[in-house]
Amino acid sequence: MIFQASVLDFETTPNQDRLPPFNNFEPSDSSIFNPGIYRECKNRNLFEMKNFIEKPVTLFLVLVMPLVVLYFTIRTGLHKDEVKPLEYATRATIPAKVDHAQFAILQQEFVNPRDVTAACLSCHNQRDDELMVSSHWTWEREADIPGRGKVTIGKKNLHNNFCTAAEGNNGSCMRCHIGYGWADKSFDFNDPNNIDCLVCHDKTDTYKKIKGGAGWPATAENATKEFPVPDYNFVAQNVGFPDRDNCGVCHFYGGGGNNVKHGDLEEALFSTTRNIDVHMGTDGPNMACVDCHKTERHNIKGRAYSVSSENTNRVSCENCHGDAPHNDIVLDRHNHKLACQTCHIPVYAKVNGTVMYWDWSKAGRRDDNGNPITEYDADHNYSYLSIKGKFVYDNMVKPDYKWFNGTADHFLNEDTISSEPVQINTLFGSYSDPDAKIWPVKIHRGKQPYDPVLKHLLSVKLYAKGKGEDAFWEDLDWDSAIRAGMEYNEREWSGEYDFISTEVYWPLNHMVSPKEETLTCTDCHTRSEKGRLASLRDFYLPGRDYARAADYSGIGIILLSLVGIIGHAAMRIIAFIRNK
Amino acid sequence: MRKTRIFTRFERFWHWTQMALVLLLTLTGFEIHGNYEMFGYENSVRMHNSSAWTFIGLGVISIFYMIISRLYKNFIPTRNNLKEQILYYTSGIFKNETHLTTKTLYNKLNPLQRIVYGGLLIIVFPVQILTGLIYLYYHYPQNPVDVAGLRIAAVAHTLGAFLMVAFILVHIYMTTTGEKITTNIRSMITGFEENQESEIIEDKKQ
Repeated sequence: MIFQASVLDFETTPNQDRLPPFNNFEPSDSSIFNPGIYRECKNRNLFEMKNFIEKPVTLFLVLVMPLVVLYFTIRTGLHKDEVKPLEYATRATIPAKVDHAQFAILQQEFVNPRDVTAACLSCHNQRDDELMVSSHWTWEREADIPGRGKVTIGKKNLHNNFCTAAEGNNGSCMRCHIGYGWADKSFDFNDPNNIDCLVCHDKTDTYKKIKGGAGWPATAENATKEFPVPDYNFVAQNVGFPDRDNCGVCHFYGGGGNNVKHGDLEEALFSTTRNIDVHMGTDGPNMACVDCHKTERHNIKGRAYSVSSENTNRVSCENCHGDAPHNDIVLDRHNHKLACQTCHIPVYAKVNGTVMYWDWSKAGRRDDNGNPITEYDADHNYSYLSIKGKFVYDNMVKPDYKWFNGTADHFLNEDTISSEPVQINTLFGSYSDPDAKIWPVKIHRGKQPYDPVLKHLLSVKLYAKGKGEDAFWEDLDWDSAIRAGMEYNEREWSGEYDFISTEVYWPLNHMVSPKEETLTCTDCHTRSEKGRLASLRDFYLPGRDYARAADYSGIGIILLSLVGIIGHAAMRIIAFIRNK
Repeated sequence: MRKTRIFTRFERFWHWTQMALVLLLTLTGFEIHGNYEMFGYENSVRMHNSSAWTFIGLGVISIFYMIISRLYKNFIPTRNNLKEQILYYTSGIFKNETHLTTKTLYNKLNPLQRIVYGGLLIIVFPVQILTGLIYLYYHYPQNPVDVAGLRIAAVAHTLGAFLMVAFILVHIYMTTTGEKITTNIRSMITGFEENQESEIIEDKKQ
């Protein structure tokens, strides 16, 4: 019938295929859409038939089709591809390729660990050359710092925000040097036999460097129950790739205790669950440090920006995960400006507390009997130590966020204090910096002794074997401790000291949370002052930022429209009633 | 009583699909803007992106259709009867006067509508699409031409969105100004407008 109707229409309508001329707004009866068909149709039955057909067509056009389009639009929009699981291999669990127990040279009677090193190097020749240029050995390296130029810096000569500085406190600090006996400036950095191979390669977990030993293990004279003389044959015959015990023994305890420094590296990681660290969890991939900190010829990848400055030799998530790991463009695009860590490390210090604040100015207090004081907080972390001052520990800490491009500056001994708080290190980067990303950081704040006249941070002698050697930890006397520290480091001191606020920034990389605990959109994309990025204001962040003028004028336009509508409608109603 | 077809099938499909998309874009857009929580931020972003692409696709098809069917002429602004049309809405309508124009397929919009819809199609939509694409793909300062981050695009996009909301409100209200309250909305659904035959004849004589 429809077909017939069209034929009928075709025959009865003149100029059927003539299109209306351009700019002709006159009503037209004919077009390719045949709008006039119904007008010309005088046949009542035919007309009703058209109406009957038109209803389902209308339903289809104005309801079904839009809904279908909407449905597929929403479905496509909400569709998320699965994240592909990552293949990985752990290196530390690979057994040594040879049985070191069968080597005659490792069966000799070792008295001095230097002889162990000599035995190692007799087969592993040239490894000492690799090692002695590494920063694990030198504790310093040349760095080209923007705005400063080339400097040679490292743990050896930098201030930190914890025990202030290593040099001058060698007996204690240099326990974590991979050498034997860096007790003072006379240490020979060119003697390969000074290298401590075992501290990194021991697989027996029995080899330990003694406290206050400047890197030596215990000898028959000073051995204790906690630090016995190592069984060198046993240890030397069981060596292999470093596992997390080898790295952790120093890197988990930096600053004088567990998790004092990093916040994301601590003894809980010796054995943990993927809930705490998705990579290291023994119920997960069970990876060791060197599985990410890939090492070639003793050059270990990875940087800690408390001492590092350059954007080289770093470990990054992308090494394994690539730069589009989510298999989802919306999330992957965030990687242009966000480090993976920003979303995937929502909290740090997830098990034990980390030091957030360390106030040296409170140090030195004694009790009524003249004895040093120790106080604890509710979590049984130190809150006060006479030898170190006041502490604030915290766990499950929300990170702060900074732009960071992989380069950093440091406050050097010769630098003059120009502002407070003193920036012990400075992470470079901003929104407009193409290399910079937002990183989660631990900000450690403190108060350190400084020279109010010369405006320098002071080097303090903290450690000595006993009283009367000017060490603060023994005598609790700032004057003599500063004098001794400054003299050892050959630095000028005005003779006065005071305390000044300091800050240091530690980019967070470890204790990556399972994906269920990552940040969600509104942790940052929110107008709330509690938003994670509430303080990074050098860019426009959707959901957080808006132009006040634009929003207010937009709302104004809407309100004006509403007022107009209501007024107009009211007048129509009044007119309608009157005209009735 | 006569029935005039003023909307083709495609036009009706286009209008109602576009309505659905604009509604979704508006609801999700203002959630992304931080004004409220509705679908969840991530869902809103994803639906906003996909509906934007559907909107663009529908736009391309519609432009093609409008050109080959010459229906685009509906949107060409005119000053003919503009003053009269304004007078109608500001006074005539209260005196129960009849509409100035009779709608046909090629002349279904009055002079005011032509200006507003035309402005929407050639200014607001393109600005929204352009700033939206910048928003999606070109907002980082390391791009060859720095567009100063998102700020400019985002503010323009937001302003466009506010204009759209104002348009929708007025647009919905204006549907009630037909012969009956539902006349206009009915014709947008059925494609036909029912007129008194006498009026059409009268109109033709003018």
